[in-house]
Amino acid sequence: MARPLLAVQGLKTHFHTFAGVIKAVDGVDFALGQGEIIGVVGESGGGKSVLGFSIIGLIDPPGRLEAGEIWFDGRRLDNLGEEQLRKIRGKDITMIFQDPMTSLNPLYTIQDQMEEVMKLHDNLNASQRRQRCIQLLKEVGIPEPESRLKNYPHQFSGGMRQRVIIAIALTLHPKLVIADEPTTALDVTIQAQILKMMRGLVKDHQTSLMLITHDLAVVAEMADTIIVMYCGRIVERGRNSDIIRGSRHPYTRGLLASIPKMTGHQRRLQQIPGMVPDVRSLPPGCSFAPRCEFSQDRCRAEAPRLIGVDAEHDVACHFPRER
Amino acid sequence: MQAIRSVIENFRASEMFHNYRRNASAVAGSGILAFFLFVVVFGPSLVAQNPYDIASLDLLDSYKPPAWMAGGDPRYLLGTDGQGRDILAGIIYGCRISLFIGLSGMFCSSVLGTLLGLLAGYYGGRLDSIIMRIADIQLSFPSMLIALFLMSAFKTGIDKILIALTAVGWVIYARTVRGSTLSEKQKEYVQAAVVAGLPNRKIILRHVLPNVLTPLIVVATIQVGSFILIEASLSFLGVGVPVTKPSLGLLIKNGFDVLFSGLWWTSVFPGAFIMLLVFGINLFGDFLRDELNPRLK
Repeated sequence: MARPLLAVQGLKTHFHTFAGVIKAVDGVDFALGQGEIIGVVGESGGGKSVLGFSIIGLIDPPGRLEAGEIWFDGRRLDNLGEEQLRKIRGKDITMIFQDPMTSLNPLYTIQDQMEEVMKLHDNLNASQRRQRCIQLLKEVGIPEPESRLKNYPHQFSGGMRQRVIIAIALTLHPKLVIADEPTTALDVTIQAQILKMMRGLVKDHQTSLMLITHDLAVVAEMADTIIVMYCGRIVERGRNSDIIRGSRHPYTRGLLASIPKMTGHQRRLQQIPGMVPDVRSLPPGCSFAPRCEFSQDRCRAEAPRLIGVDAEHDVACHFPRER
Repeated sequence: MQAIRSVIENFRASEMFHNYRRNASAVAGSGILAFFLFVVVFGPSLVAQNPYDIASLDLLDSYKPPAWMAGGDPRYLLGTDGQGRDILAGIIYGCRISLFIGLSGMFCSSVLGTLLGLLAGYYGGRLDSIIMRIADIQLSFPSMLIALFLMSAFKTGIDKILIALTAVGWVIYARTVRGSTLSEKQKEYVQAAVVAGLPNRKIILRHVLPNVLTPLIVVATIQVGSFILIEASLSFLGVGVPVTKPSLGLLIKNGFDVLFSGLWWTSVFPGAFIMLLVFGINLFGDFLRDELNPRLK
């Protein structure tokens, strides 16, 4: 991989609340090349969304970037001022949120909302902007875009709204799109359509995509590389096939085993026992040790570091499973 | 023309109009307001006398009873006061002043309060604490007391009343707007606007403000009524409008001095008009509150 578009090194984002320090992201490294799709997976509270928000500089107090560097396209983002970040947001990096119902302002037509970014970062005249909107809506698969431009968000279904939101995110051909659970709020059938469309668009435009989700099945379909997060740390990182077919970490295996299989003999679905621990009082050793069926004394005493088990495949576990 | 017609068509087909027609108090309230609108617009051209023009007053006509009573003068339908001022003309001109003060006081305090509420809710932190603590302190005093205090420092004048009313009226907007701003700010379209790189000023004015306006319509309507009453009370106490330009409150006060001499019409008619005006505003305000509050539906 040539110089990656996005490189995150040793990133720590902590929240200083009255009840103690919450280490939402605690030492995360990864790189993302241009046109690549990276999937960030994990249960709720694993720090996935905070990771996304950290990259785009949207961590509000009491949260703070404690350590680490974020490099994007040859620039360091983590110490940029608000003004400079604003020029990057919406133009080079955009974000797609989970809930299509509240992601659009109910009071403006979708044309207004699509043109807003163009007016802000680009010099196009009215008819060029309109043409661009129509083209974008076509790309995301909205029928009759000319007549839909003047519609308000409530006149669209959830899936259609998410398409509009994706169109807005892609308006200025950003280099990186961060999608935070983009299809979680949608029907499964719509989910597949939207994901397929997103993958096509991202690959066509050579845009990089950071796909944050709790759904390993989604990531398996979409991502080139996958990172699995647990309690603010990466537990496993590798290429899609490494993780989906050859995962070494018990947590990743647990997540995979909890996906229903469509073929073969049906057995009871497996689940990972226990719950995500309280991030304010993590166990001293491996955070996953209390829930891990293979844990030993060393796991409870010493936190494992991310070590390479294969080319581009790293696992944070003292006793990685065999393939 | 076609556009206007379709707007009217849409309005006639709307749920709000449907509910309005079935709500007797809403119809009555808006009827009263329409009557007062007519009075303040056309009233001055219907009466012969300009009560603010001292040269047109004749002391020989003082304390004439209403036209239908013995000794009444057909020129003065509702009688005259001590300066020979036609009560009806006084009421018509007084209504203009009262409504002007009520509306522009509401306008000034809503603009100020909305702005402060948006800033407090959007930015939070120290700014929020400062604005909201001032609001809290102010709420612990009756608004009449604050207005009275300010007016006794300022002396009389319509502009000074507006300052005093703004000073007491902004709080309710600031609190309402701050609350809605806090909840709107959590919605993803505001976050999406931040992510799009929009400056804060644009996010506040373009995205948050339009979404917090609805509850303010109700607050503003009711407030016009209460401002008219505050102004009347201030004028009644002699710290409101100047004596040469009596509002409804000052007319009541003028008559109150001679009420026990049996010259009841000087006080009672302006009083009845104030009551009717505020009553109409409140009826209509109640209707708006029911219509615009989704929780009451």
